[in-house]
Amino acid sequence: MRYVDEFRDHEAAVRYVRQINRITTREWTIMEVCGGQTHAILKSGIDQLIPGKINLLHGPGCPVCVTAVELIDRAIAIASKENVIFCSFGDMLRVPGSSKDLISVRAEGGDIRTVYAPTDTIRIAYENPDREVVFFGIGFETTAPANATLVYQARQMNLKNLSILMAQVLIPPAMEAILSAPGNNVMGFLAAGHVCSVVGYDDYEHIVSKYNVPIVVTGFEPLDILQGIYMTIAQLEEGRAEVENQYRRAVRREGNITAQKIMGEVFNVVDRRWRGLGLIEKSGLALIHKYAEFDAEIRFGVEQLTAEESTECISGLILQGKKKPYDCPVFGSLCTPEYPLGATMVSSEGACAAYYRYRKEGTESIKQSGGKERP
Amino acid sequence: MSDNEYSGLSCPIPISEYPHVLLAHGGGGKLMHQLIEKIFTATFANPMLETAHDGAVFKADSDRLAFTTDSYVVDPLFFPGGDIGKLAVDGTVNDLAMCGARPLYLSCGFIIEEGFSMDSLWKIALSMKQAADEAKVSIVTGDTKVVDKGRGHGLFINTAGIGSIGHDLTIAPSMVQPGDAVIVNGDIGRHGMAIMAHRESLSFETTIESDCAPLADTVMRLLDEDIEIHCLRDLTRGGLAASLVEIASVSGYRIAVEESKIPVVDQVRGACEILGFDPTYVANEGRMVIFVPKKEAEKALAVLRDQGLWPEAAIIGRVGDERTGIVTMKSLIGAERIVDMLSGEQLPRIC
Amino acid sequence: MCLAVPGKIESIESDDALSRTGKVSFGGILKEVNLTLVPEASVGNYVLVHAGFAISTVNEEEASQTFEYLHQIEELGQSGESD
Repeated sequence: MRYVDEFRDHEAAVRYVRQINRITTREWTIMEVCGGQTHAILKSGIDQLIPGKINLLHGPGCPVCVTAVELIDRAIAIASKENVIFCSFGDMLRVPGSSKDLISVRAEGGDIRTVYAPTDTIRIAYENPDREVVFFGIGFETTAPANATLVYQARQMNLKNLSILMAQVLIPPAMEAILSAPGNNVMGFLAAGHVCSVVGYDDYEHIVSKYNVPIVVTGFEPLDILQGIYMTIAQLEEGRAEVENQYRRAVRREGNITAQKIMGEVFNVVDRRWRGLGLIEKSGLALIHKYAEFDAEIRFGVEQLTAEESTECISGLILQGKKKPYDCPVFGSLCTPEYPLGATMVSSEGACAAYYRYRKEGTESIKQSGGKERP
Repeated sequence: MSDNEYSGLSCPIPISEYPHVLLAHGGGGKLMHQLIEKIFTATFANPMLETAHDGAVFKADSDRLAFTTDSYVVDPLFFPGGDIGKLAVDGTVNDLAMCGARPLYLSCGFIIEEGFSMDSLWKIALSMKQAADEAKVSIVTGDTKVVDKGRGHGLFINTAGIGSIGHDLTIAPSMVQPGDAVIVNGDIGRHGMAIMAHRESLSFETTIESDCAPLADTVMRLLDEDIEIHCLRDLTRGGLAASLVEIASVSGYRIAVEESKIPVVDQVRGACEILGFDPTYVANEGRMVIFVPKKEAEKALAVLRDQGLWPEAAIIGRVGDERTGIVTMKSLIGAERIVDMLSGEQLPRIC
Repeated sequence: MCLAVPGKIESIESDDALSRTGKVSFGGILKEVNLTLVPEASVGNYVLVHAGFAISTVNEEEASQTFEYLHQIEELGQSGESD
């Protein structure tokens, strides 16, 4: 496949690793923010190939992992109602709320459907005029234009039986929250490439100047990530702190203006609670008043539902990069992909699930050797 | 079977009289006998079935037999490359073949939902007959039940099969040895993605067809060439990964495979990429892994590729001598990672 | 965030006030994709598709940049060593 295969080339990867080795003279801690990047790193084994001096942390870049527990509970409450068709992306179905997940609601008789695009729900609403169709609107900026289009089209078509449960989050405030947290040791970021395809990367300039950390907008294939790591390390080694763009084939500085317009038409910025990280100001999107009729929380009266997070799960610390999955006392024992306690184990992009799947054998020896990445 | 192959044949139960299966067709009376006779007995057409007895009686030609059973609940019932009937026959034939047995006789139990199309039932029976002929087996006994509307998903089928083993080899994960070559008979991921293409709202246009196919003949050919087969496993749900993990776990040895050697056709790749699927976890219905000693690997490949039988057959890895019982995969960029089973089905992801 | 896959626009299916959709090919499979967010894209262009929407066109000239960059830093490395 074009624009995919070339970026998985073995020989070029080896050459990039050689260059990274050449320029790395000291220990550096960098964070990649996107779940898709975590997945690519662990699946292709990049973390095994780069020098041990580079500590790669996995940040809160998976919207599935960071959706607040109370939002999952609200989703479950809505999905459990008679007459509701609850639509969601596949990866949300197994995320545990306070007591159960959406898959168990389906087993109990709820009509829960997986969709590929948010706008697929429009057809479902059209074909089921007597039923309430609800879409679980999770995502980062990458998905925001699609979610916005769903609402915009529903208004144009005057659909009365469609609503969206808003769970949209924004990346830059989370990066700032991590950088400003006490004990933060993140020195540089690989920024999420597809988020930047939509919103551009001007927003990162003030983060770079305020915190003096390099930020490199990075893609998702192995060569993209290796180039992104090289560019970040090069900045750190040279004492620079700038915003750079590795993913130039897909990202422009200004982003996608058309996409930003539709987002601005439908959404405004609000404070949002992140699972494992708590409340982050101005880190979420909600429907503007004009579109309030499509807000599922209002329509189904679930805004007051709140929830406490599990005390055993340390996914918050993992999402901040402060702990690794194998630091968790219940990792691999009480908490497994079959019986997950937190979102980072459920979502296949979650750090815990990725570590469990790709590293299980190694984690015992890693624990014993005191937490170093490579045996 | 394509639509062309049905033309010229017509459903033996007059559609004008009974376009749909009724509860009475499972009631034990005249309607049920008519259904069984006209749709099943006449279609499957073999002497044992025609005795219309409670069970089939036969002599075994070997003192080692293989016996297996499976149930089929696939949705949709008709998909590109096959249908539930073909799946039911090939699936059980393949399980027998994986034991190194020559499949002989199948039983077949139908659980039909009230209201199911009689024409569809007949088409499925025809498809089973064709699959049985291709695999050289007979369907010799069976059962029919009809459940209330809403209690079944159209049609469920259970098949059980008996085969005879005419050689002395033990073919099982416990026979896997360090150094064994791991061979797959073709590209992976077709069945799962062919089904996925027709799932409402995940649909895409494709010419991917299910790879549903009988494997018994291929196994017999390998055995006829005196290839020392250590283990066979057909790749069904859970995909290539699940089969390798199970075998590694039982054998106790490490199995090392290389991602670059695993054949996947472009369309399956494209479909997996957009849904975020890994082809090694996608279901297959006509694919198997074959473990043979290293020195037999090229010979086995030659048999598989002979006469265009399995042109994409490939060696994808080998068995190591480490007693770790895990599967490792060398990624496209050359790093090794552990392969594990998924806890459930792969779900399309956006992340 | 995350899963967006490059594909080639093979046809435009609808282009009305509400939305613009087309068929995009990924390794030979065709999926209907919403093209409203990339008004500049036309048949033959590659786009990045996420959740059924094209979110960006692929800049084909920039695609080779990753490999040119690799050459540049390798030369840098060699000239550094020979100093």
